[in-house]
Amino acid sequence: MTRSDMSVMQLTFNDGVTDADLDRLRAGDSVELTGRVISFRDATAARLTRALEAGSPVPVSLHDQILYAVGPSPPKPSQIIGSAGPTTTARMARFLPTLFAAGVRAVIGKGELHGDDMNAFVTHRAVYFAAIGGLGALLAKQIRAADIVGYDDLGPEALYSLEIDAFPVVVIIDTEGRNFHELSRARWRSLPRRRTEREGR
Amino acid sequence: MLRDTIARLIIEANYIIPDDILQALRDAAIREESEIGRRTLEQLVRNYEIAAAERLPVCQDSGVAVVMLEVGQDVHWIGGSLQEAIFDGVREGTKAGYLRWSVTGDPTRMLKTAGGDTPAVIHTDLVPGADVKITFASKGFGAENMSALKMFVPADGVPAITDFVLDTVDRAGANACPPIVVGVGVGGTFETAALLAKKAVLRPINVRHPRPDLCRLEGELLERVNELGIGPQGLGGRVTALAVNIEVYSTHIAGLPVAVNLGCHSTRRISTTL
Repeated sequence: MTRSDMSVMQLTFNDGVTDADLDRLRAGDSVELTGRVISFRDATAARLTRALEAGSPVPVSLHDQILYAVGPSPPKPSQIIGSAGPTTTARMARFLPTLFAAGVRAVIGKGELHGDDMNAFVTHRAVYFAAIGGLGALLAKQIRAADIVGYDDLGPEALYSLEIDAFPVVVIIDTEGRNFHELSRARWRSLPRRRTEREGR
Repeated sequence: MLRDTIARLIIEANYIIPDDILQALRDAAIREESEIGRRTLEQLVRNYEIAAAERLPVCQDSGVAVVMLEVGQDVHWIGGSLQEAIFDGVREGTKAGYLRWSVTGDPTRMLKTAGGDTPAVIHTDLVPGADVKITFASKGFGAENMSALKMFVPADGVPAITDFVLDTVDRAGANACPPIVVGVGVGGTFETAALLAKKAVLRPINVRHPRPDLCRLEGELLERVNELGIGPQGLGGRVTALAVNIEVYSTHIAGLPVAVNLGCHSTRRISTTL
């Protein structure tokens, strides 16, 4: 992991992400991720979890892997993948303890995680990255390959292996259990507004 | 003809963000005090510029197709079912526009349904005249899931409306993909309030309510929402909402139904008149 400039860190992972890399991240860091991640959504997470709890095989190893909460649009003929921004992570939070136990080390998604949902990350020293929701067209350009590796009957919820390249995210929950959404909301709520400009309509 | 119009509207709505919202995001990128917030807003603007230029869906969640029809009472439809024409148009546009099938036929998931379920919700108002006005929206569910409705009583009054709006936006936080559009529906019966909130969230954000007191309330609510500190994508900052739009209707002397429908920064809507 390197810092390319003052504000954006680079994190590259080939055969999974290491604890040392994750431990260096702090809530609020802007990071560009490069490597293979596995997609998941409501139906995918439920099916993976059912299989893991039943001791059945799953289509792909989750060991040291990063999950990305996404259900892409179909690609146009010239595209590798259609629009591919993040979906709300909280909907899949109930499945995360099982997925962490199976080796998942980090999750990319959007939206907030609090209480028990956040504690699952703290317990497993896992990292939560947020990508920008509604950035689908732009984020698709940071995906170099998209291969369905299982559950293809689920359509947009199929299990994809995605090769991402300089994929922009912000660290929300770090391995020390800090939560950037909670910290920044509290800070900006108490900070006095700049007086020069009131809210225009 | 209606079918072709709907097919065109769903594609345009998903590729091109409304001018008023894009302009508000550009303005917000200058006004936002938080650095990470400004950077986020700049990226959103870039996403919309690229989606329009390359004709791509702005977001992978092309949502539920919501079709609001204002049908002139002198209009006479010929040939086939109105609903089928709309469903066919949505199916055609979804396929031709490379949009995601985001709708499931059975919300209980007890049936095994294949993809490609007809994704449309239709609301119809009868109005004077001989025109048909169509407002089409692709409603994403990040923000829809964070919407809320509550039946207050008359004594609760405007303070209850204010608190409910602030509480709903605060609970939604980053999940609704801020900066958001807040649609507030007050009055009628249970379902009227929800439908009013939907109409409010789909009103252009640079159009204020014509009633001066409601216009003032919209302004006050926007200011207070933007003091919550949530900011763009919940990363902290001043710009949590782009607008608060209110719609009202008369209600029972015992009631005060209030619905809050949230729209993400990508509130996709397009209107046309047949």
